[in-house]
Amino acid sequence: MIHTTIENRLVRLFKEKKQNILNIYFTAGFPELDDTIRILKALEKSGADMVEIGMPFSDPLADGPTIQASSMKALKNGMSLKVLFNQLRHVREQVTIPILLMGYLNPVMQYGMEEFCKNAHACGVDGVILPDLPLNEYKEKYQTLFHQYHLSNVFLVTPQTSPERLKLIDELTEGFIYIVSTDSTTGGNKNIQSAEEYLHRIKNANLRNPTLVGFNIKDKSSYDFACRYANGAIIGTAFINMLSNSTDLEKDIECFIRSIRG
Amino acid sequence: MKYTVDENGFYGNFGGAYIPEMLYPNIEQLRNTYLSIITSESFLSEWHQLLRDYVGRPTPLYYAKRLSELYGASIYLKREDLCHTGAHKVNNTTGQILLAKKLGKKRIIAETGAGQHGVATATVCALMGMQCVVYMGEIDIERQKPNVERMKMLGAEVRPATSGSRTLKDATNEAIRDWITNPVDTHYIIGSVVGPHPYPDMVARFQSVISEEIRMQLAEKTGRDTPDYVIACVGGGSNAAGAFYHFLDDKSVKLIAAEAGGKGVHSGYSAATTVLGKTGIIHGSKTLLMQTEDGQIIEPHSISAGLDYPGIGPLHAHLFESKRATFYAITDAEAFKAAMQLAKLEGIIPALESAHAFATLPYLNLKKSDVVVINLSGRGDKDMLTYINRKHEFSD
Repeated sequence: MIHTTIENRLVRLFKEKKQNILNIYFTAGFPELDDTIRILKALEKSGADMVEIGMPFSDPLADGPTIQASSMKALKNGMSLKVLFNQLRHVREQVTIPILLMGYLNPVMQYGMEEFCKNAHACGVDGVILPDLPLNEYKEKYQTLFHQYHLSNVFLVTPQTSPERLKLIDELTEGFIYIVSTDSTTGGNKNIQSAEEYLHRIKNANLRNPTLVGFNIKDKSSYDFACRYANGAIIGTAFINMLSNSTDLEKDIECFIRSIRG
Repeated sequence: MKYTVDENGFYGNFGGAYIPEMLYPNIEQLRNTYLSIITSESFLSEWHQLLRDYVGRPTPLYYAKRLSELYGASIYLKREDLCHTGAHKVNNTTGQILLAKKLGKKRIIAETGAGQHGVATATVCALMGMQCVVYMGEIDIERQKPNVERMKMLGAEVRPATSGSRTLKDATNEAIRDWITNPVDTHYIIGSVVGPHPYPDMVARFQSVISEEIRMQLAEKTGRDTPDYVIACVGGGSNAAGAFYHFLDDKSVKLIAAEAGGKGVHSGYSAATTVLGKTGIIHGSKTLLMQTEDGQIIEPHSISAGLDYPGIGPLHAHLFESKRATFYAITDAEAFKAAMQLAKLEGIIPALESAHAFATLPYLNLKKSDVVVINLSGRGDKDMLTYINRKHEFSD
């Protein structure tokens, strides 16, 4: 079993649940600045197993048009890390599922990594995904800090990640490994079925960490397909698209989650 | 003090490779192979032949007599504007296309601001028969129309970047997203000394042919191989990196960098990164960056599309921090006037980018004995519309 020094809701979730874990991504401050807690509560109520809250950035390199647009709107609405931590201050009185923060390194760097980890932990955040944080820099500068604040750090792997690097990532990960399904930005249009060989390879790689597949997961069929090869899957863009058109957040979120779970 | 890149890809506190995993294999491959490829004899002989027969190198070092008289010093112009395609950018694209071929890549992508790098990339792709996609901000497509048409005529596809400020920064974002989506068959020819390591070093090495020639040509003309000043404009900073490169360790040579002050450094419409920026991460590199307190990147402004970038290459951030180079923020108006002056005095219409370099001359308190080299990085043909349309705004 996984040897980890970290105790948090995320680690516990993966101990208890091995299959069909549904992880939903949404951008903080979108559609409206103060929707964060409302969306979190609706997601928990509807049966999402965990959530990733996107910390919006002006130049999201790995994101497609949908998440770019939601990030822009969120920033226009006034979202920032300060505002987000303020919104999340009492989140644990209302929401119990694991919460991760996902975003780009620069805003976190300006906020201060130590201050960021400290506040994330104080709010009850369980993990962090910073795709442009280099492995070595995490290991040398921040791993101790993450441990101290019981934050899981999640790394991505892609179809081009070498077996050696996959192993290294597995060693440094505490939580789950984020399997990027195809070579694409978020909201890509590639067919996830085309990733079968790669997903199969990851499944048989004897990783010590659980895995979740993300990118190109947009409906029940892609979600079910991904779940065959991993402990669950992550949906972002399709969820954001739904939020963009929603007139009743609670109802539409419930409907969306039901459409995935079937 | 060391000014070249260290083994981890850093220039002092700046540089590195802050990239998402999707880009890692390509960057790692470049990091592991670029030095051995670009220093190999076969590569160098092929590249040097291209530089000589196709690009037109060496470019002249021209003694600008009337400009010298005006400023009371000996001023030489390094005529990168005479390179094939009209700017220094082609030094880098010829190098990178050969590298891409050695890596077995079939498709080339690039970002462009003023369109000079886009044209230089489209040109070498035509030369090598490779597919070429150039990303360009929607605003820049509008203000650099002739270059857009040139790229198309050369067979490249020009894709507009419609996100953010719709300029160079956003074109770079789109190119990176393309590379994430097409990592196997595609090479990304970055046009400046920006981006994740090893790009800043690789591009600087390709551009260093500029200062290599300056040294030799200056020795022939003046009997000394180092000037008192080398002046260049800095957006990302590739022409400056090339012009400074072989003088970095010669402390007697003052390195002068002209960045875009836009409508005024504190006007809210500026790209003066060393004044307004603080350490941050843009396009995979830790460098000086114009950003909000919350770490959101600020949209810059410059009259010249090629300097309209909110960061600078990590080498330049290091040269600034270590005080090895002196930076001047040149306003749109100053650059415009410097261009008019050069046209009248020397019969040379410079690119608006290069005009920023000339506009530092009044600030330098030059002595009669001073030998000054200005890197005239590009010609002004592409800017004729701006020169025509905004003439009244900037005339006294």
